[in-house]
Amino acid sequence: MNQAADLPIWAALLIALFLLIGAGLTLIGSFGLYRLRSFYDRIHAPTLGTSWGTAGIITASIIYFSVMESRLVLHQLLIGAFVIVTTPVTLILLSRAALYRDRAKNDPGVPPLDPPNNTSEISNPEKEPTPTHNNTHTGEV
Amino acid sequence: MSKLFPYPLLVVSLVVTWLLLAGFSLNQFLLGSITAIVAAWGFAALGPAKPRLRRWDLLLKLFAIVFYDIVRSNIAVASIILHGGKRIGKSNFMAIPLDLRDPTGLACLAIIITSTPGTAWIDYNSARSVLILHIFDLVDEDAWLNLIKNRYEYLLREIFE
Amino acid sequence: MSAAILSWAVTIAQIALAIAMALALVRMIKGPRAQDRVLGLDALYGNAMLLMLVFGIRTGNSLYFETSLIIGALGFVATVALAKFLMRGEVIE
Repeated sequence: MNQAADLPIWAALLIALFLLIGAGLTLIGSFGLYRLRSFYDRIHAPTLGTSWGTAGIITASIIYFSVMESRLVLHQLLIGAFVIVTTPVTLILLSRAALYRDRAKNDPGVPPLDPPNNTSEISNPEKEPTPTHNNTHTGEV
Repeated sequence: MSKLFPYPLLVVSLVVTWLLLAGFSLNQFLLGSITAIVAAWGFAALGPAKPRLRRWDLLLKLFAIVFYDIVRSNIAVASIILHGGKRIGKSNFMAIPLDLRDPTGLACLAIIITSTPGTAWIDYNSARSVLILHIFDLVDEDAWLNLIKNRYEYLLREIFE
Repeated sequence: MSAAILSWAVTIAQIALAIAMALALVRMIKGPRAQDRVLGLDALYGNAMLLMLVFGIRTGNSLYFETSLIIGALGFVATVALAKFLMRGEVIE
């Protein structure tokens, strides 16, 4: 914080704005986690922190270090990429585990193992994975 | 060429990660490139399926749409939580039949749905290709079906299938 | 002036994130079921990661960035392992 005195005022305001957005949304998300009634409601709350909570604080950090060191500092984006990739994995595993445990308990509030037939009729598609253009080498990952 | 660089995108992203962590210099670039190419050989030995990207241009459109939706649903969910959990609809499960089969496309859909506050990916039955979502504020089931199918799934199928 | 703005914003953000961590911790302790506790842990390490980034802004030291990455990586592995345990570790009767 000592060398922050020579920061231009627009940068300070921008950093403060993004910091407060990020921290505020994370706080609201954790408050929802504490406050909401059922597990499946609560699973939505931390995604506030992992979407704009993280994005806000990363943006603030990028602006701060870029202005301080007078060059583009982007390594914080790695944290963003990491969070984007890992959040679905943890949340999907966790919600599947919760669904499994609720089904094992015969909880009436969760969808049964086989969804009713009327929903799956729509999905009976003419579309099979068609192997078109297998030889194009554009855009392979 | 494709023997030497089996996964070009993987190599590029590993080199970029390396440079971001270690700092930009020629030495680090060489070291990072060697590591990334060796890592890609190792990855090729596992033989995972190669995802095919058909439409690069639509990727940008998808990013823009998802960015906008994430901002919007952040505001929506935050205001519901601040009002003590009172909302117009109620939270419920919802089954969505999917036509998207490509694993990479499904992974992208999972990322989109999970990172958007207000929707949670609960379960996907790959045999019946039915996705079970949990919606935080479910008012109109058809609107959500329309959103997932026409807004995201359509684009993902254009890009990956 | 800019130092004052920044110092206030950083302090407020740190307090907000600390409260967020406390709320996640309360959820982790209260439960009521195992999946709620794991979800609490998930939110707790996410908030800790962000708090480390804010510490980095406060001190101007980019070393906190590495700390943040390590917290994220370890927390991710922990949550995945626990979720997997909830799926497979329980005997159904």
